[in-house]
Amino acid sequence: MPAVTETIETVQSVAEGGYKWGFETDIEMEFAPKGLNEDIVRFISKKKNEPGWLLEWRLKAFAIWQKMEEPDWAAVNYPRIDYQDAYYYAAPVQKAKPKSLDEVDPELLKTYAKLGIPLKEQAILAGVEGAGESPSDAAEGGRMPIAIDAVFDSVSVATTFKDRLEKEGIIFCAISEAVQNHPELVRQYLGSVVPQADNFFAALNCAVFTDGSFVYIPKGVKCPMELSTYFRINAKSTGQFERTLIIADEGSTVSYLEGCTAPMRDENQLHAAVVELVALDDASIKYSTVQNWYPGDAEGKGGIYNFVTKRAACRGKRSKVSWTQVETGSAITWKYPSCILQGDDSVGEFYSVAITNNRQQADTGTKMFHIGKNTRSTIISKGISAGFGQNTYRGLVRIGAKATGARNFTQCDSLLIGDQCGAHTVPYIENRCISAKVEHEATTSRIAEDQLFYCRQRGLSEEEAVGLIVNGFCREVLKELPMEFAVEAQKLLQISLEGSVG
Amino acid sequence: MLKIEGLTAEIDGKQILKGLDLEVPAGEVHAIMGPNGAGKSTLSYVLSGREGYEITGGSVTFHGKDLLAMEPEERAASGLFLAFQYPVELPGVGNATFLRTALNAIRRQRGEPELDAMQFLKLARSRMKELSMPEDMLKRGVNVGFSGGEKKRNEVLQMALLNPSLAILDETDSGLDIDALKIVSEGVNALRGPGFSALVITHYQRLLNYIVPDRVHVLVNGRIAKSGGKELALELEAHGYAEVAA
Repeated sequence: MPAVTETIETVQSVAEGGYKWGFETDIEMEFAPKGLNEDIVRFISKKKNEPGWLLEWRLKAFAIWQKMEEPDWAAVNYPRIDYQDAYYYAAPVQKAKPKSLDEVDPELLKTYAKLGIPLKEQAILAGVEGAGESPSDAAEGGRMPIAIDAVFDSVSVATTFKDRLEKEGIIFCAISEAVQNHPELVRQYLGSVVPQADNFFAALNCAVFTDGSFVYIPKGVKCPMELSTYFRINAKSTGQFERTLIIADEGSTVSYLEGCTAPMRDENQLHAAVVELVALDDASIKYSTVQNWYPGDAEGKGGIYNFVTKRAACRGKRSKVSWTQVETGSAITWKYPSCILQGDDSVGEFYSVAITNNRQQADTGTKMFHIGKNTRSTIISKGISAGFGQNTYRGLVRIGAKATGARNFTQCDSLLIGDQCGAHTVPYIENRCISAKVEHEATTSRIAEDQLFYCRQRGLSEEEAVGLIVNGFCREVLKELPMEFAVEAQKLLQISLEGSVG
Repeated sequence: MLKIEGLTAEIDGKQILKGLDLEVPAGEVHAIMGPNGAGKSTLSYVLSGREGYEITGGSVTFHGKDLLAMEPEERAASGLFLAFQYPVELPGVGNATFLRTALNAIRRQRGEPELDAMQFLKLARSRMKELSMPEDMLKRGVNVGFSGGEKKRNEVLQMALLNPSLAILDETDSGLDIDALKIVSEGVNALRGPGFSALVITHYQRLLNYIVPDRVHVLVNGRIAKSGGKELALELEAHGYAEVAA
């Protein structure tokens, strides 16, 4: 390796500390021309061989988006995004869509293996995969396999355990595939929770979304394994516009989790996702996110802009949606996973840990719309700020006039590490129903010097001590994660805070 | 084993230790007694490496190494343990997790294999039984909602697990009723042996009825004013610091 490159890499590895996922895969890619216009929207639709109705839907969204203004109410600062200076479609060149995992480009399989995401079913089943770094290796013995959909830039490159899930009638595939094979379901539900005109970033997503996962759980079926999507941004100057749609039919249950990483780059890249969940009568969806996009360097150069709209419709009686998120990455996070509690006795939950270190900014929270009778919601938010990080909890609890007996409990805790960071809490409560009960608790604390010293006197390094204290602070949220991810998330919290003390 | 020579230290510009000399040979238990403000707690924090104390002179060697040059966690790994006067609460951190993390951190630094959850639980349970600690104390947050006596017993449990070569007990008797005092003392006595030394810091002679010291030192105004055998503690109790140290 030339000395200069080596020096640069050494400096980078020192500066970046723990971001282990920052490598780039060298693979032949196909791009749409740079920029955004109707032709690009048509290009994407054509690439995906979409039916006419979907192209029309996209074009309508694009027309709406062009008339919209980028929102500026969030407590985040970033230079104006030039939407013409990015690629909206980037995909690894594939001769034909691979029919089985054996046909997937080995370069891609290697990439996911390196990320700790095994895409080999047998290997996962036998529990023999790789270096023991994969999240599924963390649990010992008797664990269930995880079905994975792997999205690489703009396309899904592989989905595991499809056949086994199909036996139960479960559909788990890329959304682009669902458009081909299950158009009636997609047409019925797409945009039904987050409409095209919902907000600026959602409208953009509707126009140019490329891939994401589609899940349908039939009536009465309990999904026998965790479903998971792993998003990877790899290509330069490319936006990722993920679209995920999950439908849980009456009496069904599913647990879904997503993870995401990106290479380290000096430029900012846009990730504008839309996730829609629909829960019918007695259905339950658990949606977990471990968000670890590249956060930028210590000076705030580079990193992903993560502008995400996630919303669940609890349409059925006694339906339940639980959002759990661990947000450690991204230069900017703008996301408010929400629940529309339409069905009587439906339940919405939001458990969140958001970390901002160095120059990261996060404005995140949730919205709970209580419409049906006896609807209940719980919000537990843990914000951790270190370095020059800024962390805002923004939440809305709205209780409609007919939501008799509705209840909400909100708890927002902030932890500060150092004296240059900030924590902000912006709760909105709108109650139109006299019998509803709404509770809100908030605390702000610091990691005390005596806590650190106590741990160090017992042999822990300063970073181990911070990790332990932070994990304790986040415990109520972490215990909501599926076990394999909880272990991973705990490690991630510690890595994200490296260099934040001392 | 521990050798302190001419140690001077200050906090916020105020000199607390003013040329302290002390030697604790391996296997011996020494008591340090003294009035409020004499520098007893400062001594325990300086030895364990807490931030905020400036060492202005003197030296401390521990197992032949320069103790003052080490980070707090390195001192812990070398065998130094401080039982805190006011044990710190760590909300949300399970006591078992904390104890196992600490034990494994030290074992790792010593080049010993780490204990898995089962091995650790077995060890912890047997130690807890010796200290008459209810097992649910493993599940609770570290020191959160513990009574004064429970906190002190938890310190002794940590000491028993980490197996130090030098334990500094900083007023471990404060806030303990007589039963708890006995249990804690038995916990300390159980560790006594040729590889274990202790520095027992206390106001009162009472504790020394249970943990009988080899030597007693009187710390007054930042220096050791007088040293003697265990009978010195009785003398102090009878006549007070002012007379004995004069």
